[in-house]
Amino acid sequence: MKKILYEDIVKAIAELCIEANYELGEDVYNAFKLALATEKSETGKGVLQQLMDNADIASELQVPMCQDTGTVVCIVELGQDCHIVGGSLYDAINDGIRKGYGEGYLRNSIVKDPIKRKNTKDNSPGIVHVELVEGDSLTIHMTAKGGGAENMSDLKMLKPSDGIEGIKQYVLDVVRVAGPNACPPLVVGIGIGGNFERCAYLAKKSLFRPIGKRHEDEGIANLEVELMEEINRLGIGPQGLGGTTTALDIKIEVEACHIAALPVAVNLNCHASRHKQAIL
Amino acid sequence: MTKSIRIPLEEADILSLKAGDRVLLSGTVYTARDAAHKRMYEQLQKGEALPFDLSNQAIYYVGPTPAKPGQVIGSAGPTTSSRMDTYTPALLDKGLSAMIGKGYRSKEVKQSMIKNKAIYFGAIGGSAALISRSITAVEMIAYEDLGTEAIRRLTIKDFPAIVINDAHGNDLYVEGVEKYRHI
Repeated sequence: MKKILYEDIVKAIAELCIEANYELGEDVYNAFKLALATEKSETGKGVLQQLMDNADIASELQVPMCQDTGTVVCIVELGQDCHIVGGSLYDAINDGIRKGYGEGYLRNSIVKDPIKRKNTKDNSPGIVHVELVEGDSLTIHMTAKGGGAENMSDLKMLKPSDGIEGIKQYVLDVVRVAGPNACPPLVVGIGIGGNFERCAYLAKKSLFRPIGKRHEDEGIANLEVELMEEINRLGIGPQGLGGTTTALDIKIEVEACHIAALPVAVNLNCHASRHKQAIL
Repeated sequence: MTKSIRIPLEEADILSLKAGDRVLLSGTVYTARDAAHKRMYEQLQKGEALPFDLSNQAIYYVGPTPAKPGQVIGSAGPTTSSRMDTYTPALLDKGLSAMIGKGYRSKEVKQSMIKNKAIYFGAIGGSAALISRSITAVEMIAYEDLGTEAIRRLTIKDFPAIVINDAHGNDLYVEGVEKYRHI
C-alpha cells in the first residue's frame, strides 16, 4: 500500500495557498484577454486591463493579487489504496494552511466562532471535502475563496415543474442581485440536483473545472453556453460598471435527485477564480 | 479624462464630481471595515469620542494583507461596502465626507450622502497589488487588536478610483448597466 507522509501534505498545501494567491491561473488570464477583445464598454475594457496589470504586478513582486486571500476550500480525492502516515489528513491540511498563510504574508480572514467573531490569526481551519476514489494517489483540488463573491451566492429548492426555464431565471436573478458586489466578471458555479446540501457542494465543485472547459454531457454543456450568453446580456459588466462581460464562464454539475425536488445552488466566484491542484 | 483630486476633499470638489468621473486621489484616508465600523458605531451610541475626527475625512473600506519586508503595506484593494451600510449614515452625520469601496450602497446611505454632501468612490475590486503601489505611508490609529481590521491612516498618491455615487443622487451602477442591458 502506498504511503503518503503527513509532512508532504503540509508542504503541498502551503505551496498551493501561496501560488493560488500570487499567480493568476493561465485559464483566467486567457479569459481576460478574450474578454478584452470583445468587451463593448470602454470603462469595462479599462477594468479588464487593470486586472491583467494587477496580475502581472502580483506575479512579478510575488505578492497577493487581492487582499482577500480567502477561505481555503479543498476537495481531496483520496485513493482507497493509499495510507496517510504521521497524522490525520485534516490536521495536515490545516497545518499547511498555517504555514502557507504565514510564510506567504497572506491575510488571516477566518474567525473561530461566527457569533463571537475572534480571528484565528492563522487562517485555519480550512473547509475540507473528501471523496474516496479508486487507486493509490491523493489529489488535492484547492481554492482560496474570497468572501465577497461567496456572500452573494444562493440556493433554492425549485419545483420540478419550474424546469430549465425556472433554473435559468433563478440563476439570472442571483447574478443580477449580486451586481458589482461579487467582483465581476464572474465565474458562475451551478449545482443542480442532489439534495439541499449536495447541490451547494456541486456548485462549489464546478468552480474547480478550468475556464473554457465544458461539461462532458452535451445537454449540460449547451445549457452552460446558453446561460453564459444570457448572463452577459444583463449589462452588469466588469466590476458592475456596465458592459458585456459579466461572466467569464459558467459551470454546471448535476446529480440524481428525489422525484419531488429540483434543488439549485449558485456559487459565485470573483474574477480571480483561484483554483490549483496537487497530486501526491 | 482623469481628474487629479486632493483628499480629504473640499465641499466644492465634492459637488463638482459626477458619477462616472475617473479620479486619481492624493492625500490621506482612514481604513476601516466591518469590525472597526461596529466599534465606532457603538462608541457613538454611548456618546464616546471616536478615535479620530471624522469631519471632512475619507474612509477606505480595506483590510490589507500583512506587509512583506520592505513593503509599506501589503495588497490593499477595496472590500464590499454594503456591509458597512448599517453604520454609515451615523458616520456621515458626524462629518464623514468620502468613502472608497466597491459595490452597491443602500437607499439610506445614498439619501444620507445627498443630505451630508458626501461622495462614494469605487476602486477596482481584486486589483490589490496594483492599488497598494499608490499607498506611500501607513500609520496605526486605533483598534490595533483588530489586526487587518484596525484603523490606519494611509497616505495615498494617485490612487485610481471612479465616482459611483455623487452628492446629487446619481448612481453609476444603475446608469452603466442600463446602457448594456439587453434582456
